Amino acid sequence: MSQDTTVDSPESSDGASLMSFDTELTLGLPGESRSPARAPAFAQGHKKNCTKRGFMETVIDLNLGTSHISMPRGQNSESRVSGTGKYPAAKAQVTGWPPVRSFRKKTLEGSSKLVKVAVDGAPYLRKVDLQIYSSYQDLFRALEEMFTCFTTRDYNMEERKLTGALNGREYVPTYEDKDDDWMLLGDVPWKMFVESCKRIRLMKSSEAVGLAPRTPTNC
Amino acid sequence: MSYSSLPEDVLEHVFSFVQSDKDRNVISLVCKSWYEIERWCRRRIFVGNCYAVSPRMAIRRFPEVRSVELKGKPHFADFNLVPEGWGGYVYPWIRAMAGGYPWLEELKLKRMVVTDESLELIAKSLKNFKVLVLSSCEGFSTHGLAAIAADCKNLKELDLWESDVEDPSGNWLSKFPDTCTSLVSLNIACLGSEVSFSALERLVVRCPNLRTLRLNRAVPLEKLAHLLRQAPQLVELGTGTYSADLRPDIFSNLAGAFSGCKELKSLSGFWDVVPAYLPAVYSVCSGLTTLNLSYATIQSPDLIKLVSQCPKLQCLWVLDYIEDSGLEALAATCKDLRELRVFPSEPFGDEPNVSLTEQGLVLVSEGCPKLESVLYFCRRMSNDALVTIAKNRPSMIRFRLCIIDPQTPDYLTLEPLDVGFGAIVQHCKDLRRLSLSGLLTDRVFEYIGTYAKKLEMLSVAFAGESDLGLHHVLSGCDSLRKLEIMDCPFGDKALLANAAKLETMRSLWMSSCSVSFEACKLLGQKMPRLNVEVIDESGPPDSRPELPVKKLYIYRTVTGRRIDMPGFVWNVGEDSALRLS
Repeated sequence: MSQDTTVDSPESSDGASLMSFDTELTLGLPGESRSPARAPAFAQGHKKNCTKRGFMETVIDLNLGTSHISMPRGQNSESRVSGTGKYPAAKAQVTGWPPVRSFRKKTLEGSSKLVKVAVDGAPYLRKVDLQIYSSYQDLFRALEEMFTCFTTRDYNMEERKLTGALNGREYVPTYEDKDDDWMLLGDVPWKMFVESCKRIRLMKSSEAVGLAPRTPTNC
Repeated sequence: MSYSSLPEDVLEHVFSFVQSDKDRNVISLVCKSWYEIERWCRRRIFVGNCYAVSPRMAIRRFPEVRSVELKGKPHFADFNLVPEGWGGYVYPWIRAMAGGYPWLEELKLKRMVVTDESLELIAKSLKNFKVLVLSSCEGFSTHGLAAIAADCKNLKELDLWESDVEDPSGNWLSKFPDTCTSLVSLNIACLGSEVSFSALERLVVRCPNLRTLRLNRAVPLEKLAHLLRQAPQLVELGTGTYSADLRPDIFSNLAGAFSGCKELKSLSGFWDVVPAYLPAVYSVCSGLTTLNLSYATIQSPDLIKLVSQCPKLQCLWVLDYIEDSGLEALAATCKDLRELRVFPSEPFGDEPNVSLTEQGLVLVSEGCPKLESVLYFCRRMSNDALVTIAKNRPSMIRFRLCIIDPQTPDYLTLEPLDVGFGAIVQHCKDLRRLSLSGLLTDRVFEYIGTYAKKLEMLSVAFAGESDLGLHHVLSGCDSLRKLEIMDCPFGDKALLANAAKLETMRSLWMSSCSVSFEACKLLGQKMPRLNVEVIDESGPPDSRPELPVKKLYIYRTVTGRRIDMPGFVWNVGEDSALRLS
């Protein structure tokens, strides 16, 4: 689609432009010097003194303890981002991105309690918002839909085990609470569970040795 | 008989059928007498940038206006890019209109700072005031609202769309006198604290023409049924919190109340949704045209059940909990869909928390022939998907895609998304608004400059490689009015080469780009009808001229530099050297 065009503009006498746009900037033919996985714009030839506010600089600005970035400000950013164009792992919030209105952020904040759910043997994690469920049954129904190897009838409330239909093994629903202890799901009232749960793990029965119901400290 | 010999009142009568601002502007340019006749009978003005013209000038030219719409801060203020105190104060306008437009009926403000003093002045001075819309505004409290309630005897509409309202204690709703029966629309959804339910109920009961009622979160679900039974004529309803203990009596009461609302076309609210209560609205679903579930944290299966019952749906706002499966159901059921907005439930998370991908959007583009307006947050995209969407929906008018991780490439090929967005602008010839995201080179801007001839607003972040990108847009987009750019390597060349273009646009925002202070100064000096404002909270920008300016806002104006700039905003025009610190 693009042709070999040079971009040129009239001199500035009519005020239309305050400088001519030189022919040194040209569009190339398709396929010419366009590599697929290119380094991001930040790392491309800028003016030497360009202090492009990149992700890294913002992290420095935010004084995050987690960052192990040691490059001084004001330098060209060639070294800081790898060729994949992805931001490094230590994620920080860049002001203005993603473009979500603060009104919306504020309203959703505090209205969700997201925890990770891991199932032993399953290849991926899911996240659930505990606040949208009103009981353990609700939660298990949702987990069933997510990790389709279970069905609710496999849940044995008495023995607090889930039977995986796929491989017939039993799973014990456990969670890590605020005190970093691993507990059995179902011991404490639902609301207390929502408040204290940090994440959930459906553990293979064979590994769930030694987990005992916790005596509630305040009833 | 020539047109110029038609009597004035005939011409005026003819002009009264012309409502659009653009057409009115054209009429006023025909000849001097038409200009005069037209300006005396213009009833409505829209000022897209409150600093483009002074209130005095507006009132002088159009003395008989009944409706004024003003916008203040730049759009990126929504995302915290504009510091507090930047400006956008409405008070000078209200003061001028109190004298100049004593019969003003409508005032619509967006992104402006509105004080209680301003609201009190409206209430005191404008005797025929009927409509107040404060969209994304701030600076006022319920004291100001109390003044409006108490003194605007003919109030029809009070709409506080997503405004930031201080809530000191004080029961402002009960300030509506018993004689006030004229309310047609009340939107208090953004209010953080409780309003008196009894005052609300009495108001609803005595206003038989009430068609829009958007409650705030504090109104409990148990009381909603009662309110609905008092106002079965409602066309638009925003619920309060949609959560209550699971009780069959509450449910049947609610379901019964909803089934009595035969005119209901629009639903919103749904904070804290308990899914068990959703079926209470099923009876109205068949008539719904607008559904705003963007605060409803419910999962895909419940969303599918709801949406599948709304065949007349034209506008859906929803969280990404809807997932691809929910969008598939939407595409299958809602053949009348015009607008879809999918918001992120976890915009700052590291990993995807929902199964929403480009597939959902592709499915909707296939299944919904009237789709014309899209806002879509997701975490992956491909050129193929964008090309498919473009070919499916050439009638697209607004397309805003936000791939959450900056500079994300095509997930299938790892290439930039230039070709995909290129297809959008090439096929969608009427595209008016576009927001880009993902990995993008200068090429996408070449496509945009070449094809997007009707584009009026473009939003760009983390894209492009050089000034050529910006140059393509400024030189190619004939209809461009607003351009907002953050974190792109665009600098002086393109800006200066297209200086005249800036006078044909409403505004240009550039933050964290590569524009030098020198270039800003040059622009400000050479272009007297532009305000070139540099925002820098760390000190005068000319003290470190080797650094690019952090934030730049350029807009056309006929009134010169504004007088309400805070200390961190510099107008770099000719007298910038004389500016007192």
